Amino acid sequence: MSGHSTYQPQNPVLQWLEKRLPIGGLIHSSFVAYPTPRNLNYWWTFGGILSFMLGVQIITGIVLAMHYTPHVDLAFKSVEGIMRDVNYGWLLRYLHSNGASMFFIAVYIHIFRGMYYGSYKEPREVLWILGVIIYLLMMATGFLGYTLPWGQMSFWGATVITNFFSAFPGIGEPLVTWLWGGYAVGNPTLNRFYSLHYLLPFVIAGVVVLHVWALHVVGQNNPAGIEPKSDKDSVPFTPYATVKDGFMMVCFCLFFAWFAFYIPNYLGHADNYIPANPAVTPAHIVPEWYYLPFYAILRAIPDKLLGVLALFGSIIILAFLPWLDTSKVRSARYRPLYRQFFWVFVVVCVLLGWLGAKPAEGIYTLIAQVLTAYYFAHFIIILPLLGIFEKTKPLPNSISESVLSAKA
Amino acid sequence: MMKRTILALTFAGLMAAAPAMAQDHGTPQPPRQKWSFSGPFGKFDEAQLQRGFKVYKEVCASCHSMEMVAFRNLAEAGGPGFSEAQVAALAAEYKIKDLDDKGEAIERPGRSADYFPSPFANPKAAAAANGGTMPPDMSTLGKARTYERGFPWFLIDIVTQYQEQAPDYITALMTGYEDAPKDFALPPGGNYNKYFPGHAIAMPKPLSDGQVTYDDGSPQTVEQYAKDISAFLVWAAEPHMLARKRVGFQVMIFLLVLAGLMYFTKKKVWSAVH
Repeated sequence: MSGHSTYQPQNPVLQWLEKRLPIGGLIHSSFVAYPTPRNLNYWWTFGGILSFMLGVQIITGIVLAMHYTPHVDLAFKSVEGIMRDVNYGWLLRYLHSNGASMFFIAVYIHIFRGMYYGSYKEPREVLWILGVIIYLLMMATGFLGYTLPWGQMSFWGATVITNFFSAFPGIGEPLVTWLWGGYAVGNPTLNRFYSLHYLLPFVIAGVVVLHVWALHVVGQNNPAGIEPKSDKDSVPFTPYATVKDGFMMVCFCLFFAWFAFYIPNYLGHADNYIPANPAVTPAHIVPEWYYLPFYAILRAIPDKLLGVLALFGSIIILAFLPWLDTSKVRSARYRPLYRQFFWVFVVVCVLLGWLGAKPAEGIYTLIAQVLTAYYFAHFIIILPLLGIFEKTKPLPNSISESVLSAKA
Repeated sequence: MMKRTILALTFAGLMAAAPAMAQDHGTPQPPRQKWSFSGPFGKFDEAQLQRGFKVYKEVCASCHSMEMVAFRNLAEAGGPGFSEAQVAALAAEYKIKDLDDKGEAIERPGRSADYFPSPFANPKAAAAANGGTMPPDMSTLGKARTYERGFPWFLIDIVTQYQEQAPDYITALMTGYEDAPKDFALPPGGNYNKYFPGHAIAMPKPLSDGQVTYDDGSPQTVEQYAKDISAFLVWAAEPHMLARKRVGFQVMIFLLVLAGLMYFTKKKVWSAVH
């Protein structure tokens, strides 16, 4: 943070406003003068992409809400009405449904980037934990949103996920009845899910503000994992980061558009075009792809309560990462062993995702159990021990030195 | 290096071995058909949609509803290309339940704005007349059926834009009726179909050669009927597909140009630092 802004507006109206509300100075110091490490690579552009995606989801969502009816007898038809009769309704809905997936693709890249470069380490623990909270809110929002079209997967997904809570001894049954607003997933459930689906994105936006605030207090981490020491180590946010983020945002939009316009139902499930029917259970109830690794962890454990605890634990454990990783060196560039374990961890997550889409039987369950054990071992055994035993490579003296040596 | 090799081998091994062990329930994959509407520039074949509509009207509609499609949709751009006069005449053939000004229940001739009336009064009546299961509504059927693609096809499909699982499956289903194998215990009221999961389908073989008369000289075979009704159902489920692909292409061109401009701007801005 460059301290108090030196922003001096030329325009007399802006000067008048600045004396009363220094909002121009706030914007200037946050998004123009804000120093960013000069060695940031393209993996650092996903924060901007995520802000953009949040905006896309909120704007398309608000317009979709104008045409949607949250009632069990009308929800499916109102979504089809959007697809058929609302002007460019098909575009809004496909942007929104694929946008959710794009949001998660970007957030997974963002999270893994943070893990690779040790961005969660001191002094960025609060920044990281705010990120974990945003991720949890995103998962809740995505799940609630998938319920709204009231297709077969909407209904049965909602039934399966809310049933998790029935695993808790004693309070389980009344808790689930309270969540449903009845004795089964029904109209009260759909109504409250809709209400919460509209609320949570604004909560996310609020936590994003905190996340960005925390970021601007401690400054960005960078691929070298060392703090900037002189002016030579950083460049102003505008134009450098702005134009780089902008370029990647357009590239990301190309990827997004490929899905939204050409394969809009690829990431969804065909069964969700069948209206919800409580009397018919689909052959395989599969959650959205972004929950699949956690779904695999849930099903890997034969006991329901332990499975649910493992599922929540696998996400909550992320919040403790700053203290589980005992290494003083941030970036995997200078941690030869961690770098390998990082990629093993990525592969384990991908494989868990693949298993989440498979039936929980035979060989699949066995593999899922092994990978679940590894997932937790990565956090509670491998990371603490690595910090003690790993022989790290020497760190560069400064960011500009690391940039120059990379060029040589 | 060694670790990475082991990792890669384990990964490949798991991917290859696991599906082979757990799959194969004896349902063959539907054969891939050629569809005029596949790919980024695909377009519906108007004549095919019109033939498919004829199959729907003369065969399917006696049991299946299609309640989210309106008559007027048949005359809209990117569809079967009927004229508004044709649609009005078609709608008038149908009887629509309504109330008159005194609130008495009446049946009046259909109008273009009406939706296709359902063959049964309600879902229960539909189920009762069909051995206990309601024939599914056809409005979204063209997107509501699929089959397992498996690794690595599900990844390749992203690049090839393969989205025609539903019409491929429906075509296969229409042509997949055959005599049950001797060792297959067909439940009462079931019909054997090679492509139906579990093979016992409640719907009896709906199409036979020569059943629907085509005026355009197309072969009047089950295979042709199957393809035509599948194409029609894809349109019914996704009536704005052509608009979607057209806008998609414009968006792609715009984004590509913008990405190029952004790239060179970025390069210029950063040239001083690098």
